[in-house]
Amino acid sequence: MKFIYQSWWKILGVILVFYTMIAGFLLPVPKLPLLHETIRNVYFHVPMWMGMLVVFGISVVYSIKYLATSREEYDLVAVESVNTGIFFYALGLVSGMLWAKFTWGEYWSSDPKQNSAAIAFLLYCAYLVLRNAIDEDQKRARISAIYNIFAFPIMIVLLFILPRMTDSLHPGNGGNPAFGRYDMDNNMRAVLYPAFIGWILISVWIATLRYRIRLIENKQNSI
Amino acid sequence: MNLLRQTVALLKKEIILEWRSKYAFNGVLLYIVSTVFVCYIAFNLTPNFKSSSGYSLVWNVLFWIIILFAAVNAIAKSFLQESRSRLLYYYTIASPQAVLLSKTIYNALLMSLLSFLALLVYMVFFTNTIGDTFWYFLVVLTGGITFSTVFTMVSAIAAKAGNNGTLMAVLSFPVILPVIMLLIKISKSAMDGLDRSLSYGNFGVLAAINVIVIAISLILFPYLWRD
Repeated sequence: MKFIYQSWWKILGVILVFYTMIAGFLLPVPKLPLLHETIRNVYFHVPMWMGMLVVFGISVVYSIKYLATSREEYDLVAVESVNTGIFFYALGLVSGMLWAKFTWGEYWSSDPKQNSAAIAFLLYCAYLVLRNAIDEDQKRARISAIYNIFAFPIMIVLLFILPRMTDSLHPGNGGNPAFGRYDMDNNMRAVLYPAFIGWILISVWIATLRYRIRLIENKQNSI
Repeated sequence: MNLLRQTVALLKKEIILEWRSKYAFNGVLLYIVSTVFVCYIAFNLTPNFKSSSGYSLVWNVLFWIIILFAAVNAIAKSFLQESRSRLLYYYTIASPQAVLLSKTIYNALLMSLLSFLALLVYMVFFTNTIGDTFWYFLVVLTGGITFSTVFTMVSAIAAKAGNNGTLMAVLSFPVILPVIMLLIKISKSAMDGLDRSLSYGNFGVLAAINVIVIAISLILFPYLWRD
């Protein structure tokens, strides 16, 4: 856990995000029909989902660790990762909705991937409701860890497997070519990949900060 | 082999208990019949409902919604009805996996029977022509089994978290939504009499969801029952 107290990766994350903000708005992008300049949203929309996936992944790992060891800190890591993940989830959803308004015409176009994302959002809200329903600390930690591990593969199925099987407006789904295939030139890749890393680091940073606050609160409450 | 023996023994006990009281079966069957009847009355307030253009669509969706709520009601009982001390007794004589497996298989049997009967009752009130009857029944059976694998684990979690029905619904609906989306899609194509090979892929996904859910449940359940 020493990693979370080091600062090099936080600085790297900030630099990368600033780089993508500047380069993302200034570097040329391919002129595509329908998308036009909105293609720049790919630097924000997709990396936010990546950040969400990583923090949810971390929370699952720590839920498993909690079940193996019953250490309370692991439960705190799991819940704060989920909280951060839900925040990034909302950001990804909203940025996607704005993008959809300009390219597909509606904020919500009943696209399978949008619908799946909404369902998966409910899944994680249910996790928080479940935590509120149990009073006893250890029982709450154990049962919510179990539900978290149960929910993660279902979220993966929802977001990455089901939309691919039907007609979707999202690229890379239902026979649509994926973005990387020919829409994206090397200029865009030079921004997108750093953006992935940058936003992932930022989301992990937020999660660690929340975890550390929670740890302090916990210590104060236990005295 | 020990696991298999214990599972079979526990399954026998579940079935015998149910056979003696017939509480879950009769209760849920009555629930289904009354829901179907309420829907029948409610929809027939609109004249010419049966000849309207969206009838077959409503027919299919309504059926799955009725089955969904029946399944929640039937399977929520599986862990909620067990008293704490009786559960403790099971765990002293059998492995937790055997307890979960026996409950899952029992629920799958109960749900297949119930959804089969529900479809018969439903077809009496809401007349409709199904293009591929055998395939539709197969979809309904698969649906019943998938509902029971998912809901058994969720009801185990909900039972540990204070036995309330709200939690059962909140926890299970997001989990069951992808399943019900697939089911409605396959059953609609069966109703329209489309070629069977079109829904093989969707059946594959359903089977995969079942396998994943059962595997995760078997891994996680031993942690869940410990108190």
